[in-house]
Order: sequence, then C-alpha cells, then structure tokens
Amino acid sequence: MDPSRKRRIRLTVALTAALLLASALIYTSFSAGEDVVTASQLIKQAKPGRTYILGGTVVSEQHQGSLLMFRVRDPKLDESVPIQYRGLVPDPFAIGRGVLVTVQEQGASFVGQPGSLTTKCPSKFQDANAKAA
Amino acid sequence: MATVGRALLILGLVVAVYGIFAALYGARTGQRAWIDSSRRAMYAIAGLMTFAFLIIEVAFLRSDFSYNIVAGASSTTTPTFYKAAAVWSTQQGSLLLWVFLLSLWSSLALFLTRRRVREIVPYATAILLGFCSFFIGLTILFANPFSTSRNPPAEGAGLDPLLRHTTMMIHPPMVYTGYTMLTIPFAFALGALITGRLSAEWIQVTRRFALAAWLCLGIGVLLGARWSYTELGWGGYWAWDPVENAALMPWLLSTAFLHSIMIQEKRGMLKVWNVSLILATGTMAIIGTFLVRSGILSSIHAFVSDPTLNISFVVLITLMVVSSVTMVIRRRAELRSESQLDSLFSREAVFMLQNLVLVALTAVIFWLTFFPLISEAVTGTEQSIGPPTFRPFVVPLALILVLLSGVGPIIAWRRVTVANLRRNFTFPVVVALVTLVVLLVAASGVEAHLFALLMFCFAAFALAAVAQEFWRGVRARRAMTHEAAPMALFSLVRRNRRRYGGYTVHAGLAVLLIGVAGSSSFQHQRYATLKPGQSVRIDGYNIRYAKPTATPSAQEISFGAVLNVSKGGHHVTTLHTSYGIFPSQDPSLGVVGRFFNSGSVESRIGLDAGATHDIWTVVNAANVPPLQGYITKGDQKFAGLLASISKLPAAAQPRALNTLFALRDQFITELTHRFVTHPWPVQFLLIVSPLVSWLWFGGIIIAFGGLIALWPIPVLARRRVRSAAYAARLARELA
Repeated sequence: MDPSRKRRIRLTVALTAALLLASALIYTSFSAGEDVVTASQLIKQAKPGRTYILGGTVVSEQHQGSLLMFRVRDPKLDESVPIQYRGLVPDPFAIGRGVLVTVQEQGASFVGQPGSLTTKCPSKFQDANAKAA
Repeated sequence: MATVGRALLILGLVVAVYGIFAALYGARTGQRAWIDSSRRAMYAIAGLMTFAFLIIEVAFLRSDFSYNIVAGASSTTTPTFYKAAAVWSTQQGSLLLWVFLLSLWSSLALFLTRRRVREIVPYATAILLGFCSFFIGLTILFANPFSTSRNPPAEGAGLDPLLRHTTMMIHPPMVYTGYTMLTIPFAFALGALITGRLSAEWIQVTRRFALAAWLCLGIGVLLGARWSYTELGWGGYWAWDPVENAALMPWLLSTAFLHSIMIQEKRGMLKVWNVSLILATGTMAIIGTFLVRSGILSSIHAFVSDPTLNISFVVLITLMVVSSVTMVIRRRAELRSESQLDSLFSREAVFMLQNLVLVALTAVIFWLTFFPLISEAVTGTEQSIGPPTFRPFVVPLALILVLLSGVGPIIAWRRVTVANLRRNFTFPVVVALVTLVVLLVAASGVEAHLFALLMFCFAAFALAAVAQEFWRGVRARRAMTHEAAPMALFSLVRRNRRRYGGYTVHAGLAVLLIGVAGSSSFQHQRYATLKPGQSVRIDGYNIRYAKPTATPSAQEISFGAVLNVSKGGHHVTTLHTSYGIFPSQDPSLGVVGRFFNSGSVESRIGLDAGATHDIWTVVNAANVPPLQGYITKGDQKFAGLLASISKLPAAAQPRALNTLFALRDQFITELTHRFVTHPWPVQFLLIVSPLVSWLWFGGIIIAFGGLIALWPIPVLARRRVRSAAYAARLARELA
C-alpha cells in the first residue's frame, strides 16, 4: 500500500478512537456528575429519596453516642441545614471548617451517608486559637 | 533576620531579571561573556534562596513566633523533626521551597551544560530565570514568608495534626523536586524550538533530569499514597483527589516522554510528539503547583485557598501553552521524522501505542479533575465527580498499559517475525494462561471481578516477559564470560543500566497494579459500634474489642482500643488504634475543655500488614461526649477557683495557681481514665484489604529500577554507547 495512504488511514483510526473516547468521557462526566448544592439551594430543591452533595461551612456540632448532628451554612447566605451523620468523622472536622457531605432528606433533617463526609484541611490550623493566646 | 530575608528575595528578583536580560542579549549578540554571566546569575539566585530558606528553617527550629508563619504552623511543643518540616506546611514556605529547589536544579543543569548545546543554553537559562522571577515575585507580593508581627504570641498554634507524619519530611520536597526538575527539559525544549537546533542533543542533555524528575515525582506520589493510607479521612491510598491527580498527571506524561525519546534517539522519529510531550509535562508541573497552592478545586488535601495567586498562575500557564503551541507550529517542517514506522507490529509501534494510552489516561484524569469548574462554566452549577466516574476509563487503560509493559521489552524493533513471536512470547503467554487457570480454580468468586482477573493475568505476562529478558541476558553473559549467575546478573545490569533499569520498572508496575486490583476489588469494609468484650466478624475474621486504653499527657490526651483478631479460633494479631486530642491555647474553651474540645485531633490506625492482606482499623474520634457533663462541671468549678485566686494578694497568687493547675491535671487524668473504668460503646471502621503490600512493594521496585536507570554508566560503556549512537546516526544519514 502507498505509505502516505497508510499514514492517512492510521491517522483517521487514531483520531476516530480519540473522538470516541472524548465523547464517552464528556457524556459520562455530565451524566455521572452530581450537583454540589449549598444549604439554601438544598432547602429549596430537596426531594425525599434523592441524594445531594452538600457543600458549606460547619456552624454547630453535637454528639449523641455515635450520631453526629451538625449544621452546614451557605457561605454566601445566612441559611443553614441540620445534618445527622453516622460514620467516621475526618480529623480536621470542626466548627468553621468547610465540608462536603452526601445527604438525603428525611423528615425535617438531612441524613449524611456514612463515609461521605470530607473536610477541607486548612493551612493555618488553630489560627483563631493562636490569636487568642 | 526577617529584614535580611526580605532583602534576599528582592535581590533574588533583581538578579533573575538581570539574568534574563543577559541571557537574551548574549544569545542575540553571540557574546559568551553575557551568557556566562546569566548562568552565574542562576548560581547567585541558588545561593540567595538557600540563605533565605535557612533563615526560615532556623526561625522554625528556634520557635521564633515573631514570624507569622512560625506562629501559625509551629509551637514550642512541636517535635524538632516536625518543626523543620513545618516550613512547607504553609503557603509562603511552600513557595519558597519551590523557588529554592528550582534554583538548585537549574544551577546544576546549567553547570552540566556549560560546554554543550551552546545555542540552546541562553534561551533555556532565560526561561528558567523567568520561572525563578515568577515564584520569587509571588513570595514578595502575595506570600511573604518573612512577614513579622510586632506583638508575637507567647505560643504558636502548632502543626496541623494531620501533617504530623514521618512522610511529611520527605513527600512534599520529593513532589516539588519532581515539579521543579520538569521545568528543565521544558526550558531546553523551548530553547531548541527557538534556535531550530532540533536534533536529539537537547534530549540527551536533559534526559537525566526528566528521569530524575520522574523518579522523585513517583516516590512523592507513593509516599503521599502511604500517608493517605495511614491517615483517617484522606480516602485510603488513592481517592482521585485533585491534589493527588495533580502529581500523577505530569508523572504519566513524563513516563510517556521517557519511552518516546528512545524512538527519536534510535530512529529519528516522533520529534513533534516528543517536544510537545515535554512541553505539556512542564506545563502540567506548573498546573500541579497551581492546583495545590490556589485551592480552586475542592480538595481534602488542598491546604490553602488563595484566590490572589489564581490570576498569576493562569497568566503563567497561558504563556507556557501559547509559546509552546506557537513554537511547535512554527518549527513543524524541521520536526519532520527522519524515518517511517515500518510495521504496526514492532517495538516502535508498541511504544507509540503505550504513549497514546498514557496521554489518554492523562487527558481523562485532567478532564475529570477540572470537571467541577467545566460544569460550572457550562451549566452554571458546580458538579462533583467521585472515584466511580474515573474507574470505567482508568481501569481499561491501566490494563492495556500493563499488557504493553510486558510486550514492549520482548517485541522486535522495526518488524516482528513469526520466529520472534514464537521465541519471545511463548513463555509469558503460557505463564499468563496458567495464572488464569489457577485463579479460576483456586480463588472462588474471582470470575465475578473481570477486570481484576485480567489485571492479574496481564501482570503475570509482564513479569514473565521481564524475567525472561533477565534470564536470557544472564545466560548470554555467562556463555561469554563464564561468570557465576549472580555476578553475571550484576554485570549485565551494570553495563546496561537504562535497559535493565527500565525492565525493573516494568516489573514493579506489574506488582503495583496487582496490589491495586486486589485491594480495590476484594476489599471488605464495615462499621461496628462495640463495647469492651464484644466481637464482630469481617471476611472470616473475628475481631474482638479487648480493652480500652487512655493516656493523658501535657501534649496530648489519647483514647484507644486494643482489638484481638482471630480466625478459625486461632489468634491472628492484636491491633491498637487510638485518637489523640491536642490541647488548645484558646481560654474561651474552658480550663478543662481546652484539653478535650480543641477540635485538634489525630486518629491513629491499627494495622496488621501482610503479604496477602492488611487488617486495618480505626476508632471514631467523635467519642468524648460521655465526658462532656464532667468537662462542663470542671470548667465551672475551676473558673470559680480562678476568680477567687484573682482576688488574693499578688504574692500569694502563684502558689495558689500552681495548686489549682495540679488539681486540674489530676482531674483531667481521672476524667481520661473514665474511658477505661466506665467504658462506653465506641465506633470502629474495620477493613480487610488483600494485596495492599504488593502496591508498596511494587512502588519500591519501580523506584529501584528508576535509580538503576538514573545511575551514571561507566566511562567505557558510555564511550561505547556514544560510538553506537554515532554509527546509528551515520547509517541513517547515509541511508
């Protein structure tokens, strides 16, 4: 076969494969991606049985045995939602820290999926404490 | 000294700007003196940045809290080891470390190339000095490590407990060494494009830096994975977190580059590809730094969120991308391959396919990492992507990669023949098929995990292919020299370090991916809330909560649990997991409360690691509540006593305070021991993961292989290689 024709065929096959991979990637990511909602969006949109990824700042926390109850506030608006969570709590979890948690509406509260709670690790740990000291 | 530090940074910036001017002027006029002067400017910056870095290190070691970053990330009670490492836990210290390492490696590169690639060096120097200017500029304008406070606190905040890990000392400098070293081949590649000197010479002078960067980045990623595995809440050894991905992407691209340059060196092919690949790798190293330092993507590992850096980094990355693309397009005619691919069934074709897979893998990870930003730009709503979205793409590509890592070393260059196939492929294929049969017969349920099964077989194929190459090499050497087998193996590797180092890396990759496939497909995990004496079963193991432990001290209050693990009535191991609470300096938390409610906790896992499986456990840190009533009462009582003491005459106060603090310490000790005397149910996470040790062992083999390939070859062998390369080039040119 003519070498230049051979090269063209190889290029077409490679580009087609790349295009297919890219299409699959774009389709999958948009269909699999879950919206990260704020507390105020969650209050407006939440439907029972559907899961949401809630992002925000912890404003209060309370323990009842292995149940952790905390409120997550919208960073922009003064609205917060109560979360009930069982499962391991990341070490940096504390009031004032940014968190992401997968939740489901159950009654007046939202229940977090065990193991879904992640806390952003701040660079200046105990900044407020340092000032106080 | 802070003033000296600030002056060093400003002087560094001035020298860098001068160096850029000197390098470009020297290149334009051809005056060597200016080019030499620009090189010396880089040496001077290395000296200045070393001095600046030492000032900050000494400030941390002396707990000089007049420096804001020392007050924010260290304390007098922080162990010396962590004081030294705390520098890079801060934004400012990290950026200073970046520019310090960059200036060191750039100086080394420019020293080694002072008599080589003379046309390219001035432009490479200007580019490297440009990077230095950028990062020194950032430390001066946005993240000054030498900023001080007029009223320094008596005590610092201490190092984040998550960062109190032995890996802290090595992981960040390793990753940064990888990132900074990748800018060197980037600079030389761009220099080669600017000057049009596009032979393989720029590759030869920077290949070692690309390899060293690959090795350091790989070790950094592996240490990071180990750190994640032993820290609660960091998602196991890999969570597809943006910061993890940021280090993985340039590593994947540099792996592709290290393979494809062999084709350019041997056959004069893939020039456009190689230059584009290294430019992309250098850019990806800067994007990696950007991801970690800017906090633009939600990451559990992002230590900072600093929007002020975003614009600066975006400008730099845009500049790198635009200049790279422009120069490659401009030089595309001169980058034409000297020869063509003879057959799709050849080592060149396998290397090209492997390159495509690595680039596809990087593209997938890049897209999914940045997807939250992309989705927000497209739909207006930020979307989150979890590990399940990565798997359908990453797993098949990893399977192809491990298969190709076996095929590459045994397939012939130029064109494969039936005889070559029969001679080289029979043994590895038989080993892979035997592995398949043994797994299907011996391991029940393995057929349900198709990808893991395929990975085990492909890895067996790759390991057999590498073993066969070593065996044949040793046999040939023994036939020639009559050496003993170990000596023949040693001589073989010593004389062909690049080749056999590479084969060792392939074997390590196969072992590592066996570990990944096994631990991700056959893991058992469960939560259990237990009281002392109670048991739980997981994957055939009986895990019994034997006893609680409690250790109060001035630095930390530690609650723990001892768990006995047995199987079939036989004792397997004893695990000890605990969580430590570090006291806060915040008086508003109460005299007693500041010891229990600081929010500064560190979980320590209980781990029994073995060749076949790991048993991993951790006790839930959120378990102080049963003590809360006592803590509140203690706070009230001691607050009352403190108020009474404040009314005493000044002379009597110190003695009264000492007595009060002794009473407080006794109260805290008794309170802590209630966890043992009046235990309450605590929650555990229990995980049984097979083959995790293979992952670490595979990583060590990869690092060992990388070191073999990196080690300089003996002088005689080097001469032989040069002669062979010259002969190959001459033959090509004559043809």
